[in-house]
Amino acid sequence: MTVDIEEALARMTDGLRALAARRPLLIGVLTGGAWVAERLHSRLALSEPLGNLDISFYRDDFSRVGMNPQVKPSHLPIGIDGRHVVLIDDVLHTGRTVRAALNELFDYGRPASIALAVLIERDGRELPIQPDIVGVRMRLAAHEHVKLTGPDPLGIKIMEKTD
Amino acid sequence: MIGDIQVDAQGRRRHFLSTEGMSADTILGILDTAESFISVGEREIKKVPLLRGKTIVNLFFEASTRTRTTFEIAGKRLSADIININTSVSATQKGESLLDTVRNLEAMHTDLFVVRHPLSGAADLIARSVPDHVHVVNAGDGRHAHPTQGLLDMFTIRRYKNDFARLKVAIVGDILHSRVARSQIHALTALGTQEVRVIGPRSLLPAAIERLGVRAFTDLDEGLHGADVIIMLRLQTERMNSALIPGAREYFDLYGLTPRRLRQARPDAIVMHPGPMNRGIEIDSSVADGPQSVILPQVTNGIAVRMAILARLAGATASEPKTP
Amino acid sequence: MSVCLKGGRLIDPVNGRDEVADLLIYDGRIAGGSAQGPRRVIDVSGLVICPGLIDLRARVREPGAEHKATLASETAAALAGGVTTFCCPPDTSPPIDTAASAQWLNDRARALGGARVIPLGALTRELGGTTLADMAALMRAGCGGVSNGPRAIKDTRVLRHALEYAAGLGITVFLQPEDPWLAHQGVVHEGEVATRLGLAGIPATAETIALARDLMLIEQTGVRAHVMGLSAARSLPLLREAQARGVPVTADTAAHQLHLIDEDIGFFDTHCHVRPPLRAAADRAALREAVRDGTLSVICSDHQPHEPDAKRVVFSDSEPGISAFETLLPLTLRLAADGILPVTAALHRITAGPAAVLGLSNQGLAAGAVADLCVFDPDEEWTPSAQTWTSRGLNTPFLGQTLRGRVVMTLIGGEIRHQSRALPGSPQT
Repeated sequence: MTVDIEEALARMTDGLRALAARRPLLIGVLTGGAWVAERLHSRLALSEPLGNLDISFYRDDFSRVGMNPQVKPSHLPIGIDGRHVVLIDDVLHTGRTVRAALNELFDYGRPASIALAVLIERDGRELPIQPDIVGVRMRLAAHEHVKLTGPDPLGIKIMEKTD
Repeated sequence: MIGDIQVDAQGRRRHFLSTEGMSADTILGILDTAESFISVGEREIKKVPLLRGKTIVNLFFEASTRTRTTFEIAGKRLSADIININTSVSATQKGESLLDTVRNLEAMHTDLFVVRHPLSGAADLIARSVPDHVHVVNAGDGRHAHPTQGLLDMFTIRRYKNDFARLKVAIVGDILHSRVARSQIHALTALGTQEVRVIGPRSLLPAAIERLGVRAFTDLDEGLHGADVIIMLRLQTERMNSALIPGAREYFDLYGLTPRRLRQARPDAIVMHPGPMNRGIEIDSSVADGPQSVILPQVTNGIAVRMAILARLAGATASEPKTP
Repeated sequence: MSVCLKGGRLIDPVNGRDEVADLLIYDGRIAGGSAQGPRRVIDVSGLVICPGLIDLRARVREPGAEHKATLASETAAALAGGVTTFCCPPDTSPPIDTAASAQWLNDRARALGGARVIPLGALTRELGGTTLADMAALMRAGCGGVSNGPRAIKDTRVLRHALEYAAGLGITVFLQPEDPWLAHQGVVHEGEVATRLGLAGIPATAETIALARDLMLIEQTGVRAHVMGLSAARSLPLLREAQARGVPVTADTAAHQLHLIDEDIGFFDTHCHVRPPLRAAADRAALREAVRDGTLSVICSDHQPHEPDAKRVVFSDSEPGISAFETLLPLTLRLAADGILPVTAALHRITAGPAAVLGLSNQGLAAGAVADLCVFDPDEEWTPSAQTWTSRGLNTPFLGQTLRGRVVMTLIGGEIRHQSRALPGSPQT
């Protein structure tokens, strides 16, 4: 299956335009989500700065897999209290990453709303989390794994799960 | 001969007892994680849920306000439950009661011990006696090691100075009795520091210290010449009573860091001190409070570095690169 | 009844004999030619027969520390190690500073029927280093000499008079040189390991300075003296120089000092906590050379059994010493295997060498000698463990290591007191 990333980004940009009036804050989840957020931010020419989140400290599998050695600091340039936030990730799969990101966001403040935008929505949800804006939808076998490569150019890789 | 037990047979770090034998990658990995925890400390809600449900016991056989407090804050910011136990060695005069104390606390499902003890090797002994799933962090044992202090000092140096391969670092004072100096030396040499120097009166420089990869100086000016980083150590007053050095006045004359002495170092040199400071004995107030001093940031960094170390141990970790 | 040990390799360090021959024992002594009467023949082919080992320094922990070991447990351990005679230093609790306490130890040892025990009497009363003990009475009660054990006599005048007094009575004095001020609170050799581990060091000068003082006084007083437990390379030229000038002094080192160094402490291994401390590789090399050339005429076990808790503590709180009776022979044989000295000379250091210090009749395996014998398998490999160990104290850094050479049989006065495996043997007429 081939995915046209530019087409998917265009679709997301259209979706985000509908929210423009609310002056949304775009926050990408590191690492792939931040790449996507960056593209959308420049396509929309938003004046508000871009934020990003490293959800390593909020993962629910920490006691099983331990500390991610590549953890990066989260960076939210302005306060999120009362703001409309769009959380952006590359792939929505189980929903656990989004769960962790939501928890982390609330440790920064109380946003007015949070919308979820993802480049790829695939099947396999384990939590009641659905996207508001989707670039492209994919159906994959359980043993398959989709990964965004980047940052330049962005690409999509489908791999067999190794574990 | 019994070997190091900090890292298990699968290469996973179980304990944090000493910086000796730690690879540069391991140290830098911890420092990187600590950077992320710095930003957590700057948030409105300074807590992350990493160690939710874990129990940490701060087991202190020696008084220490700063180290104990920063470990307590570090553990709380990781959402762990922290219990402080302050006891004196006189209360547990015999070593077997040290292990008994630990066994009792273990029975209460402790996940991690943070241990401070006046005798070298205490944390190592405890680490050898606990079951596999329990971790031990050495918060200072005798003259042997104070690895979390050592790493937070590396963190501070890296924040101001970046490339260790180009640094001359001078550690000044009572090296003989200093666990901090030992942990700094091992960490600095692992990180490939260009030159590590120790400076102090001969009677306070331990035997064969050069074998740890440092240059030894007894003249302060000579040792400070061209230094990028100066670390001052605390001088315990009991050293004067045990005939190791004459007195405070002469010590300050020869080894106290004054603005004049500081000029021997590079103009952008930073001044550090693990605390608590003796102003007027090892360091002049105008230096301690001066523009080159990074003594207070050291304390702030201490929390983030300790969070990184606790998080590193408490979660199952990927294997570490072996020391070459 | 006589016993014939058949087909063994006889190594007699006294008479320089090393050959395969039958050894005949009659009436507790080694018999020449053919003995009369019924005979028991034991096949010891492939095994070595040498005189029983004599150990100049071993603690049995009785009286005063029976929770560590007892005379009964340790005389059995001695036999298991091939040791037929050993000396007990006087630093028991109470110390061996009266004829009664020496007599008590002698009587008890005789009643137990294990290895022969020779107490060393106190040099000063209560080992206090201020007044002299009743040395003549102690010697009459069966002491092999006098000593202040590990307790330094700080007052040089007291030491001088103690040596003078002993010299006048022809008593051998056993001295352990350590300057208490330089040793201070030290627990390991002052060097790289002490620095790495942050443990207080004992400089080599703690030994050399005390040794120099002791040698001067030995020379001045003319006392016959034996220096115990040397550890430092720099001690050996001092000793050599004194011996060359005819000063009546002999010396030993502990077997572990010939194999272990401070680096073996690794990460706080309390089993390597000994006194004097394990020193550097250069010290070990010098000690080996001194054993080879005879400057050190004796290797002793310095056996010090402990209960497990004595070692399961922080290093500086742990008690020094190794349970060492059962490793004395394999460690001595290892010197020969390592090419330091021939096996006959190596065995000399644990048989004839110490016998000479104690002034014991020293006939080796010659006819007429008391049949205190050690029969060992020079090729058997074994591993110290709770299963293979006899001493109450399992505190040895050699635990779990493979040792070569194992005692098969120990005889005292011709009687088999210890046997680790069955040997083909039958009563014959």
